Amino acid sequence: MPEMNTSSLPDLIFTILFFFMMVTTMREVTLKVKFEKPVGTQLEKLARKSCTSFIYIGKPTDALKSQFGEGTRIQLNDKYAEVNEVYDYVMTDRNELAEVDKPFYTVSLKVDKETPMGIITDVKQVLRKAYALKIVYSANKPN
Amino acid sequence: MGKKRKMPGLNTSSTADISFMLLIFFLVTTSMDTDQGLGRTLPKPPEENQENNEIKIKERNILNIRINKDNYLMIGEDYVSIDDVKEIAKEFIANPENKSNLPEKKPKNVKLLGQRMVTENHVISVQTDRGTSYWVYFAVQDKLVQAYNELRNELAKEEFGFKYEFLTKEQQEAIREVYPQKISEAEPKKYGASL
Repeated sequence: MPEMNTSSLPDLIFTILFFFMMVTTMREVTLKVKFEKPVGTQLEKLARKSCTSFIYIGKPTDALKSQFGEGTRIQLNDKYAEVNEVYDYVMTDRNELAEVDKPFYTVSLKVDKETPMGIITDVKQVLRKAYALKIVYSANKPN
Repeated sequence: MGKKRKMPGLNTSSTADISFMLLIFFLVTTSMDTDQGLGRTLPKPPEENQENNEIKIKERNILNIRINKDNYLMIGEDYVSIDDVKEIAKEFIANPENKSNLPEKKPKNVKLLGQRMVTENHVISVQTDRGTSYWVYFAVQDKLVQAYNELRNELAKEEFGFKYEFLTKEQQEAIREVYPQKISEAEPKKYGASL
């Protein structure tokens, strides 16, 4: 029986590989909070991911629950943080941007839908103080 | 030695495996770019030396949406459901019948559209309790944006014959001037449980 010619198989796979490299981005952080985003119909795409900082708010993941309890937590980069630490986080992140990109600096709030508004209001007040005025409430499209 | 020797081909049978490994590595470490959401601009922080001079807004120009800690929604004096928000907001923003309890209309010269009566000073304010669930707040915001989008689309169809998103930049700007989006991200206020 003649063997199948597989010489083009690597090329095929490489094509798929390049496709995935183009359409995906590196996962920014390991999530330490679990959140289910709210559902909205009037959503816009985030303009530039490189000019965006992310703030995650939710309850600790199942693995960390025993250690940190059930309370709502804020996650910045790879660790839990308090509300007032958001200020430094935003300042550092924005200063790392090029001068032309600074006006486009956006903070994306990825918040669990069951979170009480109090903590979100606190974060928003800190963001105002840091002059990070463009925010995005991250959400999902309805299926 | 004149005999031509055939060059042996490089064995490439493992290239596929290697690229498969790379592919799987990228699949695991990356995520699809699917971040989307509602964009908002926060107001500037209050100045230190600024006196507490809240800008007086006429009562007819403001739509107060309040959500209490049990996620009940109140517009003005009435309890409403989330699904009603859009219609109420649309009527409030456009004030089609020029009612005296809805925002006042002022003549304004808009490029491309000429003289228009615009509810320029209207403000929609969403106030929440500290215990309000985020999803209710978000749903209300979503409905408000939907109200604006529908009004803009209606006007765009009427004036230019296309939906808002297909218009040119100048046309979009004109439409936005007639229906400016004014959703206030106001200072938090304490609300008692009595709300």
